[in-house]
Amino acid sequence: MQKFKTIKSIPAYLSIVNIDTDMIIPKQFLKTIKRTGLGKNLFYEMRYNEKGNPIEDFILNTKPFNKSKILIAGKNFGCGSSREHAPWALLDFGITCVISSSYADIFYNNCFKNGILPIILPDTKIKELSDYSKRKEEITVNLEEQKITYGNNETTFEIDQFKKKCLLEGLDDIALSLEKNPKISEFEKKLVANKPWILND
Amino acid sequence: MSKTLYDKIWDEHLVHEQDDGTSLLYVDRHLVHEVTSPQAFEGLRNSKRQVRQPNLTLAVADHNVPTSDRSKGIADVESKLQVETLEKNCKEFGIKLFGMNDKRQGIVHIIGPEQGFTQPGSIIVCGDSHTATHGAFGSLAFGIGTSEVEHVLATQTLVQKKSKNFRIKVDGELSIGVTSKDVILQIIGKIGTAGGTGYVIEYAGSLISSLSVEQRMTICNMTIEGGARAGLIEPDQKIFDYLKDRPMSPKKDDWNKALDYWSKLKSDNEAKFDKEITLEGKDIMPMVTWGTSPQDVISIDEKIPNPESETDEDRKNSIERSLKYMGLKPGTAIKDVKIDKVFIGSCTNGRIEDLRDAAKIIRNKKVAQHVYAMVVPGSGLVKQQAEQEGLDKVFKESGFDWREPGCSMCLAMNSDKLKPEERCASTSNRNFEGRQGRGGRTHLVSPGMAAAAAISGSLDDVRKYQS
Ligand code: SF4
Repeated sequence: MQKFKTIKSIPAYLSIVNIDTDMIIPKQFLKTIKRTGLGKNLFYEMRYNEKGNPIEDFILNTKPFNKSKILIAGKNFGCGSSREHAPWALLDFGITCVISSSYADIFYNNCFKNGILPIILPDTKIKELSDYSKRKEEITVNLEEQKITYGNNETTFEIDQFKKKCLLEGLDDIALSLEKNPKISEFEKKLVANKPWILND
Repeated sequence: MSKTLYDKIWDEHLVHEQDDGTSLLYVDRHLVHEVTSPQAFEGLRNSKRQVRQPNLTLAVADHNVPTSDRSKGIADVESKLQVETLEKNCKEFGIKLFGMNDKRQGIVHIIGPEQGFTQPGSIIVCGDSHTATHGAFGSLAFGIGTSEVEHVLATQTLVQKKSKNFRIKVDGELSIGVTSKDVILQIIGKIGTAGGTGYVIEYAGSLISSLSVEQRMTICNMTIEGGARAGLIEPDQKIFDYLKDRPMSPKKDDWNKALDYWSKLKSDNEAKFDKEITLEGKDIMPMVTWGTSPQDVISIDEKIPNPESETDEDRKNSIERSLKYMGLKPGTAIKDVKIDKVFIGSCTNGRIEDLRDAAKIIRNKKVAQHVYAMVVPGSGLVKQQAEQEGLDKVFKESGFDWREPGCSMCLAMNSDKLKPEERCASTSNRNFEGRQGRGGRTHLVSPGMAAAAAISGSLDDVRKYQS
């Protein structure tokens, strides 16, 4: 996983609430067996018309937002299906940070596995930041200091410290858990003794 | 200290806990399907890792499979590749698979319980948000992403932080024509799609315990639509009877040990819940969704809401957007809304009792002229059972299409889909924009309500057809 670096970008703002993962990446693109290549289909049904041509006024089709690294969106972002294709599509498009007032649980976790930082801020701050999208001005997200800088303003955000460390260092979850191998084996030994039906088919 | 059922299952599975509460949990049962697993197996291969406990994983192809004649294989090249990739991966890593032509094949959340793979008190995961279904057995079951699928394959564990406890009590009895689908739709309408975020829900109360095992699955299934991590119900004799002698249920001595353990699985009387609500059975009516989120729900007697009467700006915009997408006007009686298609199936309502419910309504009646209606049984075994009972004939005689098992038009990944602006009464779980096909308009209902809509040709009250 890529290490998370400080990002500076003009944010793209989607004011819709409850954006579900079907909207982020519709099912016809889930047939892939790869993680990459989904960026062009991100928000497909909002972004392209029925003939497959770009809808010109959709924000991610317009400059400079087609290069945005930061997406600001309405509350309960990423609800619905567990598809990790949603963060893969965001990442492949170039978005490495999402800002919203709340997220669906599975999507939120999936972001961290892919080097994407999902930031939670109160609605009032979301409003302030969305102005920078409208004015096409850059904002800076610094994870190390848990700080967003916009114009002469600053705001901080909360984040789980372990998740932060994993993002900053680009740590591989599985490798970390495999270090606990002896503990897992010990657990399994107890399982055989106390709940034999679990491992006995 | 008093504990909830969720607390107990959590503690029982704790392999390791960091100071900040980040925990490594042991996973007892892992279900895999073709859509969310290829990248996980590829990851294992790239890092030269093995599957730690191949016997604890069960795989099935369900999302992409055709529901028409399968003898010719899958026509869609990409779908075919995905299903074949699953077969290849299972072979390479020694995982049990129900292939497309296996009669046990079906929707992953239907076959788990059917095979006895789903068991009380266990942690069950799957790369699929509707894994919550298995919570009906008193297990902690939840959906995970593909990276986590890889993590489970490699380590048989999962990194998690604990959620809070939320209890939803439903007391009383169901009125005639009302089902557990209506109960869960009403709950979601009440708490909203994010109302359960950060929580695990325990469903309790006299109405919940009176439900059959399959009806409980419908409730737990849609827990994710309320945003909660998982939903569960204390296991009881009905659950144990259901599991007895299933192919993958514990056998002989193991059965007795398991039963002994399972019977103790319940929240302590004094256990503290962080949030609690109560519903009364008599207040629950047959429900139908009007919008593009499962929380956009009303009873069949109501009218479509008016965004103008909303004070919350976000809510107002979202209602407007939904109504525009759905092609509906505020103030219209939902019963006056004409439909084009009916879909009966999915992991929410594709089990035998659901098919019986719908068949009861449709028997000796005809599907309206302008309506195309289909039944997609949840699994090969459900289909077989239904055929033994002659339900297929009931459906076919009334004009329903009788299909092969799979996810089908619940998510329209195969060729079963809505055309733009087509309107469907569906027993599935999501009415999101484009879910059943681009521009398609979904109204979520119970199986009986779907049958009623098929006869009337518009959304209708199932109670009208109840004898
Ligand atoms: S039936 Fe629908 S909700 Fe259930 S697993 Fe299949 S696609 Fe998902």
